[in-house]
Amino acid sequence: MLALSDYLVLSALLFSIGMAGIFLNRKNAIVLLMSIELILLAVNFNFIAFSHFLGDIHGQVFVFFILTVAAAESAIGLAILVVLFRNRDTINVGDLDSMKG
Amino acid sequence: MIEKVIFYVFAAILLGAAILVITARNPVHSALSLVLVFFTSAALWLLAEAEFLGIALVLVYVGAVMVLFLFVVMMLDINTAVLREGFARYLPLGALVGVVMVLQMLLVLGSGEVDLAGLGSEAAAGTTGNNVRLIGSVLYTVYVYPFELAAMVLLLAIIAAIMLTHRRRGGTKHQNINSQVRTRKEDRLRMVNMPSERRNDS
Repeated sequence: MLALSDYLVLSALLFSIGMAGIFLNRKNAIVLLMSIELILLAVNFNFIAFSHFLGDIHGQVFVFFILTVAAAESAIGLAILVVLFRNRDTINVGDLDSMKG
Repeated sequence: MIEKVIFYVFAAILLGAAILVITARNPVHSALSLVLVFFTSAALWLLAEAEFLGIALVLVYVGAVMVLFLFVVMMLDINTAVLREGFARYLPLGALVGVVMVLQMLLVLGSGEVDLAGLGSEAAAGTTGNNVRLIGSVLYTVYVYPFELAAMVLLLAIIAAIMLTHRRRGGTKHQNINSQVRTRKEDRLRMVNMPSERRNDS
């Protein structure tokens, strides 16, 4: 019989892999977006696990909304990336210094 | 028992594919590994009796979002060598942050403060039965207003993505309403003052 902690540990590992991905690929904007997807997936894992083990359907509804927002976020993020590549010919995050931040 | 074996096999595939996502040299390989991550996650969600969301994950993410990712990765001509520089330099820091976060979360889970075993024993009292019917009965009653807001978010994403990437090509014919409305009589009408001419045939 699976325990809740199995799912929680898996989700913690997935979250940390996504976090490490942001550190490792800090130049490649596409892989940064993929790492954000991994992190959101880890959060969804937590919601599903708690929903299953508490016997409460509301957690799954929340996962539904998170999926919606994440899909919208990645669509707009990729659109921004396409415009960026059209204007600057690069997706290197290090080159985006025109605002002198 | 068989449940546990399935869980650990899929969890191992999931973590391996996730590591491949962040370490792959080629962004196309990263995107394909992310597809594998979503597929195995969908299988694990099925195992947790979240059937609707498992199918939705495959349909929405593998079918739509990852295709979009692959489309963008292949459309852009990316020099991966430039983007990879600094990878080895940040590897210790990234690994350190990841390990520290895992240890923190395991510390919280392993401490006696969280009664995880007690939660697991009363397994799935309210979520048995038809998963889609259960979600629908809540989604269209209690969450109907957030549901419509989610629809608005998706509409906003459509409009924003189109407005960002759309560009007018030269040579296409289209109406310019503003210039049509702003037109004055002098722009279109030319008054010619000329003497009348005698008709020759009379």
